[in-house]
Amino acid sequence: MAQQNARPVPINEAGAATAPATGEPDLWDRVAAMDEFKLLLLAKVEFVVPAVIVFVVYYFLLPISVGYFPQFMDKRVGPVNLAYLFALSQFFVAWLIAYLYVRQARKFDDFGKRITNNLEDSPKGGDRP
Amino acid sequence: MNLTLGLFLAFIAVTLVITYWAARRSSGAGAYFAASRRISAWQNGVAVAGDYMSAASFLGIAGLIAFFGYDGFMYSVGWLVAYLTVLLVVAEPLRNAGKYTMADVLAYRLRPRPVRAMASLSTLVVSTFYMIAQMVGAGALVSLLLKGSGITFHTAVIGVGILMIVYVVFGGMLATTWVQIIKAILLMTGTILLSILVMAHYGFSFGNFFNAVQHVTYTVGGQQVTKDFLQPGLRFKPPTGALDLISLGIALIFGTAGLPHILVRFYTVPDAKTARISVVWAMVLIGAFYIMTTFLGFGAATIVGRDFIGKNGGNNMSAPLLAQALAGNVFFAFICAIAFATILAVVAGLTISASTSFAHDFWTNVIHKGTERKPGEEVMVSRVAAFFVGAVAISIAIALGPTANVAFLVALAFAVAASANLPVIVLSIFWKRFNTAGAVGGLAVGLLASIVLIVISPSFMGIDTATTAASARHLIQHKAIFPLENPGILSVPLGFIGAVLGTFLGGREPVAEHKFTELQVRANTGIGAEKALAH
Repeated sequence: MAQQNARPVPINEAGAATAPATGEPDLWDRVAAMDEFKLLLLAKVEFVVPAVIVFVVYYFLLPISVGYFPQFMDKRVGPVNLAYLFALSQFFVAWLIAYLYVRQARKFDDFGKRITNNLEDSPKGGDRP
Repeated sequence: MNLTLGLFLAFIAVTLVITYWAARRSSGAGAYFAASRRISAWQNGVAVAGDYMSAASFLGIAGLIAFFGYDGFMYSVGWLVAYLTVLLVVAEPLRNAGKYTMADVLAYRLRPRPVRAMASLSTLVVSTFYMIAQMVGAGALVSLLLKGSGITFHTAVIGVGILMIVYVVFGGMLATTWVQIIKAILLMTGTILLSILVMAHYGFSFGNFFNAVQHVTYTVGGQQVTKDFLQPGLRFKPPTGALDLISLGIALIFGTAGLPHILVRFYTVPDAKTARISVVWAMVLIGAFYIMTTFLGFGAATIVGRDFIGKNGGNNMSAPLLAQALAGNVFFAFICAIAFATILAVVAGLTISASTSFAHDFWTNVIHKGTERKPGEEVMVSRVAAFFVGAVAISIAIALGPTANVAFLVALAFAVAASANLPVIVLSIFWKRFNTAGAVGGLAVGLLASIVLIVISPSFMGIDTATTAASARHLIQHKAIFPLENPGILSVPLGFIGAVLGTFLGGREPVAEHKFTELQVRANTGIGAEKALAH
């Protein structure tokens, strides 16, 4: 990667995007050391890990129940059966998790803003746009 | 029939105007590959939906439900829930840390040349296989939809191929995006209208509708049978049916987040927050669409009937025939035009992702070690690549012919995406110790495992009888070695094992571990991310 930076027209990810890093090699370490960044990672893990577990478990319950207990899943419920209702519920659960994530993600954005502000306030962060 | 052709031509005219407009507006690599990163959240959400809902979804899923009832609906569920993986795990880090392709994120902290070469190969495999499936389907459908107008399978394949090349070569990502947006709006409109007509047929009573669904009558081997189409198990039968369902679920849930043509869409928005909101837009549209496949599929089963569909073009014609039965030839023509738009939007998306990966990953970064020899070279190479990708897809589709059994190619594309791409994307974002050998190992094992398992599966191997339809013929006349149609249950763990083993066998890679902090900061904060470009 390093030798690529020396070439005349670097156009992969080692190009313009890393401009702050070339003038200031410890930018990433400085951010990583900030409390806000640690809190951001923690907040993400605290939401994303349980959310992924919930949706993966809930989703695979469908093929497992339908595949191994077809008689039970064919039980009538109103005009339909349990299998169809369970499948339909997957859509609403997916939408609900997406909604909760977007709501939670506002917190992540706030942390992000505070990190950028911290960088701008500190004298070394002047190269941020 | 001339009305259908007229609507096709109208759609072509509109999309060509868009391509002309996009070609005049866009200049430079950022504009060509990523629509200047100025696509808004709702636009990208609609475009993701348009990129994703292929003819396999619109025509294929309606057909599967019309023929196999509940088991077909299982696909619908997986195709939406998969977007949670995209939303929660992949979309934002990808947007923050990458530039044009999936490989950008992998090459970030690993040695770029081997990683990009493998990632580019995997992208080309997924995109080409998916595209050939779409092209063969497109040719067969277009010649069927335009029956009587003298358009043959060959003309249809060449026509679709040329159009997708024109969109991508001249209009780049901006034109592709708008073709996908228009297609998604048309598809939603058509699906809503069809659903309303189906419910009107049943007096807007769910009781009547589902009562009919539970008594579907059709002919099997000369005998009339009546089946309950809400009952699971009409397609996925014991002893391996349950495992096949789970395996299918694994490929769908983890494969979508590894499909290159979906991932590149997140580079077209200004920032990670917009990428996130656009996934939610896509989920609303995609979810609504797949819920409505209930009406399309069950409607076709009950109103048109399996026997009639079977005699009039096969299960892929379920949705158009349903439209004809409910509202006559004008609506039939409209639904056919939507199917045509659907195919074009998806193949255009596949072409641009394949050609971008070839130009950006393989040409510039692998062959020329990350430098453009002159400005604009990368865009130029991508345009040439798009032309060749299109030409190859046309040739293979014509060589295979209209009756080729290509359904397995879609399963294969999802399997490769889930087994090769997703493990290395996830591990490179979340695992500090992950290294180049791990990425190459994961991609290679995932790719190989998917292909081998499909080749020895019942989709490829089987013994046909004299009555087997041409489109269902097996390519290898031998009893299947692997019992499942979907390899995901084995190939996804193998992909992960390949990546982890490769990492440990490759020894420690201090640069990769050191740059993990940088990637983590970028992926999570968006600091240093690619900005939207001025026009």
